[in-house]
Amino acid sequence: MSWQDAIPNPGALAVVQRNFGVWRKLLLPSMLGNFGDPLLYLLALGYGLGHFVGHMDGMPYITFIASGIVASSVMNTASFEGLYSAFTRMSAQHTYAAMLATPLRVSDILAGEVLWAAIKGLISAVAIIIVASFFGAIQGPWVWLSIPVILLSGLSFGSLALVMTAMARSYDFFMYYFTLAVTPMFLFCGVFYPLHSLPAFAQDIAQVLPLTHAVALLRPLLTGQLPQQVPYHLGVLLLYTVIPYLIAWRLLVRRLLR
Amino acid sequence: MLNPAFLELKHLHKQYAQREVLRGVEFSIPAGSCYALVGPNGAGKSTTVRAIQGLTPLDGGEIRIDGQALSTLGAAGRARIGVVPQMDNLDPDFTVEENLWTYGRYFRLPKTRIRQRSAELLEFMALSGYARQPISALSGGMQRRLTIARALINAPQLLLLDEPTTGLDPQARHLIWQRLRDLRRQGTTLLLTTHYMDEAERLADQVGIIDQGRILAQDTPRGLIESHIPGEVMELRRLDGRTPDPENWHQQQVALSERVGDTLICYGQDLQQVMAHFVHNPDYRWLQRPASLEDVFLRLTGRNLREEEH
Repeated sequence: MSWQDAIPNPGALAVVQRNFGVWRKLLLPSMLGNFGDPLLYLLALGYGLGHFVGHMDGMPYITFIASGIVASSVMNTASFEGLYSAFTRMSAQHTYAAMLATPLRVSDILAGEVLWAAIKGLISAVAIIIVASFFGAIQGPWVWLSIPVILLSGLSFGSLALVMTAMARSYDFFMYYFTLAVTPMFLFCGVFYPLHSLPAFAQDIAQVLPLTHAVALLRPLLTGQLPQQVPYHLGVLLLYTVIPYLIAWRLLVRRLLR
Repeated sequence: MLNPAFLELKHLHKQYAQREVLRGVEFSIPAGSCYALVGPNGAGKSTTVRAIQGLTPLDGGEIRIDGQALSTLGAAGRARIGVVPQMDNLDPDFTVEENLWTYGRYFRLPKTRIRQRSAELLEFMALSGYARQPISALSGGMQRRLTIARALINAPQLLLLDEPTTGLDPQARHLIWQRLRDLRRQGTTLLLTTHYMDEAERLADQVGIIDQGRILAQDTPRGLIESHIPGEVMELRRLDGRTPDPENWHQQQVALSERVGDTLICYGQDLQQVMAHFVHNPDYRWLQRPASLEDVFLRLTGRNLREEEH
């Protein structure tokens, strides 16, 4: 297996199409989750907590938190898809085995899964953007520019999740990833409060985590400003896409082609 | 004259850690014929099938499909192969026809082609009335038929079937056998793995008996039986479960015999003498039958062969 085999073919789109076909069948409960959860968060934190907080970083708390919830929802949705759903397809349903009996290769399956995780992240983000704009919490001329950023963030969280999936022996394994990676990012990467309120060492740690960079790009774009240090943030997200992708590919090749 | 080989396996070797699972597996299948690989569980059948799909990196040997080395064909080689896996992996979230559509998309077949082919295949596999049913509404036998239909979506020249009828009832098995013979007549090359000897005997032009990663013998089903089992078979058992014929009287009468548990099996052209000796003994139960592939299989892979060597 040479590294060239890690580059996916257009066949990866058939994998996306398959996952989309299944998602469409479960549209109603899926959409309820996409719209319902952020609505509850916005009401509870934006209004409830926002009543006491007032403004944060020069904007109403509900506006501050809406963009944070967009970013964290991309992380949660793409991670969940790349962990539990992908593991179900690989392990319980043997969907990967069925795909490998066709001209699809491991890289096509992996790329399809990562892309699908990103698309699901985008769907959930768009749902939140729609809900939050009713509260006036999303505004400005740059909202549409958030879409490529959301997709890139989704690709990086999807790739990371698939590394875990490629190593997992059971669903229990994913608790490590949630407790040690997803939850800390949710709490310490600027979703609920600005990074500069953390002690210096914690800010340094936050800088190496992908969610920090997703928030740094999305918060300005969704609140009518242009982000700072765009190439830096994009670069980190890109690294978090490419490197985990290659690791996941290596691990999956070892796992599936024996 | 035989067609040129469509599939050629040359001296396949595969090792997992300390365990050698393929130790020089070698056979070839002429285009449009059916080869059955029979062997006990763990003999190397599934590993061989995976290797032909390019899913198991080999430690030695070569696989050629239609004259071309598999290593140069890569994933494109799989576009010419259909696979019926041992474990059902239909998509449980999709209906019957959605399963075929989705699978056809993996081959990047155009939508109109998939639609047309799906209708033909559902008809061929007697599933026409079920196109819009969910997978959960199908019986085990119907799911297997759908898996076979799915494997044919790309009109493969080579069909690999890994234990296609394991766990099915006789009706389902007969329908599947009938369809596999139809496919063979239409020119599809078939490779079948099974541990049902009757299945191999009914379907295969050539049978290879594999055990511990090695092909022990291969020939036509009849040829294998004739060269390994002289004549007929008689099984003798005692009602009380004790060893039949403990004095080995039968050895004066038959050239070949073996003991399998509580059973004495005699092979020979003329078993009249042996039968006459035991038939009136009320302690004995006996069964006389023609030799089958199963006898060959047991003689080649069973422990009794090894006992005889002592």
